[in-house]
Amino acid sequence: MSKEWKPRLVAFFCNWCTYTAADLAGVSRLKYAPNVRVIRLMCSGRIDPQFILEALTKGADGVLIGGCHPNDCHYVEGNYKMLRRFQLLKRMLGDMGIEPERVRLEWISAAEGEKVRRVVNEMTEQIANLGPLGMPGRFAEWDREVESLAAQIEAREGGGCGCGSSGAETAEKEVAHV
Amino acid sequence: MAKQEQEVRIGFYVCHCGTNIAAMVDCPEVAQFVGTLPGVVLSKDYKYMCSDPGQELIQQDIREHRLNRVVVASCSPLLHEPTFRSATEKGGLNQFYFHMVNIREHDSWVHTDRAEATSKAKALAQAAVHRVAHHKPLETKRVSINPTTLVVGAGIAGIHAAMTIANSGKKVILVEREPTIGGHMAKFDKTFPTLDCAACILTPKMSDVGSHENIQVLSYSEVTKVDGFVGNYTVTVKRKPRYIDEEACIGCQDCIPACVFKQPKFADEFNEGLGKRRPVYIPFPQATPQIVAIDPNTCLNFKKGEDGGRVVSDKCKKTCVEACGDKNAIDFTQVERIEEYEVGSVIVATGFQTFDARRAPAYGYGRFPNVYTSLEIERLVNASGPTGGHVVMRDGKSEPRSVGIIHCVGSRDKKTNVWCSRVCCMYSMKLAHLLKEHTGAEIYNFYIDVRTPGKGYEEFYNKLLDEGVHFIRGRVGEVTDWAMTPDEEGKLVIRVEDTLAGYVRRIPVDMVVLATGLEPQQDAQDVRRMFNMSCGSEGFFLERHPKLAPVNTFNDGIYIAGACQGPKDIPDTVAQAGAAAAEVLALIDKGFVEQEPNTAFILEDECSGCKSCIPLCPYTAILFDEGKGRAYINEALCKGCGTCVGSCPSGSIVQNLFDDEEIFSEIEGVLAYE
Ligand SMILES: Cc1cc2nc3c(=O)[nH]c(=O)nc-3n(C[C@H](O)[C@H](O)[C@H](O)COP(=O)(O)OP(=O)(O)OC[C@H]3O[C@@H](n4cnc5c(N)ncnc54)[C@H](O)[C@@H]3O)c2cc1C
Ligand code: FES
Repeated sequence: MSKEWKPRLVAFFCNWCTYTAADLAGVSRLKYAPNVRVIRLMCSGRIDPQFILEALTKGADGVLIGGCHPNDCHYVEGNYKMLRRFQLLKRMLGDMGIEPERVRLEWISAAEGEKVRRVVNEMTEQIANLGPLGMPGRFAEWDREVESLAAQIEAREGGGCGCGSSGAETAEKEVAHV
Repeated sequence: MAKQEQEVRIGFYVCHCGTNIAAMVDCPEVAQFVGTLPGVVLSKDYKYMCSDPGQELIQQDIREHRLNRVVVASCSPLLHEPTFRSATEKGGLNQFYFHMVNIREHDSWVHTDRAEATSKAKALAQAAVHRVAHHKPLETKRVSINPTTLVVGAGIAGIHAAMTIANSGKKVILVEREPTIGGHMAKFDKTFPTLDCAACILTPKMSDVGSHENIQVLSYSEVTKVDGFVGNYTVTVKRKPRYIDEEACIGCQDCIPACVFKQPKFADEFNEGLGKRRPVYIPFPQATPQIVAIDPNTCLNFKKGEDGGRVVSDKCKKTCVEACGDKNAIDFTQVERIEEYEVGSVIVATGFQTFDARRAPAYGYGRFPNVYTSLEIERLVNASGPTGGHVVMRDGKSEPRSVGIIHCVGSRDKKTNVWCSRVCCMYSMKLAHLLKEHTGAEIYNFYIDVRTPGKGYEEFYNKLLDEGVHFIRGRVGEVTDWAMTPDEEGKLVIRVEDTLAGYVRRIPVDMVVLATGLEPQQDAQDVRRMFNMSCGSEGFFLERHPKLAPVNTFNDGIYIAGACQGPKDIPDTVAQAGAAAAEVLALIDKGFVEQEPNTAFILEDECSGCKSCIPLCPYTAILFDEGKGRAYINEALCKGCGTCVGSCPSGSIVQNLFDDEEIFSEIEGVLAYE
């Protein structure tokens, strides 16, 4: 972390359109920012909101989701299903104080290598301006807060039944599970 | 997740791909780094992993080092995943104990900073190493191939592919949306560069198709729906009503002259509107099938219905029915029919459309009667065309004494289509030759570059130069009827900057021909969607690989041939059609396909029976067991998108090859490297 900070993006691309578009960007030797790491899924419909949260908690500064254009999903409508989940997730992320630019959904067809380049560059730049998300650090901080709260409660209650410590444990688990 | 599994022993290989990867990614450094990761037993870099020695290396290491997982970092899995899976299998492991990392298309080719590209490669490799530990042995499912093939579009591409397949004894269903097969080639008089007669080479092939015992021609029909998977597709075909009983019509055409319209009156589509036809017509004498059609929009026996469509009015004397007599082939009550066919593979050969010349208004098409499109001239010089091959202008009598042919109309132009249509230079010269032959007129070609790549093509160009056809280099600015001198009076003036002479010229001519470019069909996007293909940025269907899989698409079992894949001439079209037919025959002969086992299944013990997955499945593969109160997946119907998996609230659906453990470990792996 002491090194110069650079945004790290995790991308989930569907096999049929966006992953192929990223291949096309490669074949066409388009150049874009090296900050994105792509995870291939068969369809954007496979994307569980937990994947996005997991990526953010494990240190991603942004998440990009790429799927086929509406009507073009290889599996008819996986992208619509994804879109619905995405809308809900966006609201939740907002409540968590995560800037909307950090999680982005783009429809990119197999022919749009150029769009992969554009979107990755745009996102890298936006997130570079926002600065690190620092979820792992925030979690550590929250954990410490909860721990100290637990300790306070325990001290106040005189450490009788031990329920205080188990409470802290569950709290910790829940946080880690987000 | 404690499973009774033996210790994970991963072999990691990073490919230089010559210098394709090694120039931007420090491969030895990646190998060295991955070698330090837990579970990795050996880690190597090698010049060409996909080569025989590369694959041999994997197999040998599996045996010698008792590897039980393999990771290769090289090109896109869409290119070489099958190669390395098979090497893994040959080494004695289940092929799904393999994972691939894309550090070429997604890394070395798109980045410019070697240090950054190298760390990206490391991160991606680490993710794969984490992921592969969770891989499970899977079996592919063998699905048998239905030996019948669907060919969509019956231009020269579809015809040639259908014949090739049918001649090998396999059944073909050939769907053509026009009343006749033949496509564009049926409209030509001669073909470049040999100037052999198009009809003489095409029409025998057309009638062979029509009478072939293995080919069922569905003309005047369109595919409306495609269900299923490679090997077993169900296609729905809409048979448009031609108001003729195809079984009963013997092609005598007695009904045509018997029509109440004594003279042909309506613009004839086959002749690009230059000729006239009656409401009951056959597109051209050698049309296949030899079955007439009735056009309800012009036939007096129809009127406008309430929904705007045409309904039978029964107002006509029906002299055609009389002429047909006891053959009773005319059936005004015919309606659109929907039929279903079962096929194993599909060749899409839907061809091209020409650029609409009205989109280049400076050239005056539609404004000046004597500005023509190339297809119109094809009909005009055609011995079986509307004028019997007599080249006259729109007034119906005067022959042109000078003709200007403008190349690249709607090609190589940022404002319209940027691509070169590949055949226009050649067909322009063909038309120049034919117009000169028919009329003796002075012919001027206005070109940007003359492009003649093809066997005998440059020679054809030289021949034209010898014939005294003029070539003027420059993109034409406009065609105008505004005369500046007396000899421009009554003529069309072509204004062009002659870039060889270095000044702007005005060339008065009687007739202008626009060499319109080739474009994707209007409905290419719908067809693409129906067959689950992709289009390139211009809208032509996208091949799986431009060099190594030029007739395959990303959808197994669906092939493309001809000008629907990109502009091309007849020789290339036929070559592609043959290639597509060979692909289909190879598939049929093999008899089965191995299906990727990426289907989903439900963990019965964990399913809460909430049913939220059931409506999400586009294939109705998820069923509910009322007795157990649990959902279950019909594996045969599941296509492996994972949509249900992503939305199961209790996390009880698992997708093979993409299960949660695998993806979470990939996410973690990709981020664990700084
Ligand atoms: C003016 C002109 C002159 C030319 N001259 C020459 C020449 O001299 N020599 C040469 O080598 N090449 C020539 N060409 C190029 C030649 O036309 C093409 O190479 C050739 O026609 C391509 O054949 P195809 O079967 O791929 O497409 P097409 O000929 O376009 O045939 C496609 C067929 O598919 C049908 N179809 C389309 N969509 C559907 C659908 N959704 N469902 C069912 N059916 C459908 C169409 O009705 C058509 O019958 C010329 C082109 C032009 C424009
Ligand atoms: S396959 Fe691309 S979004 Fe479904």
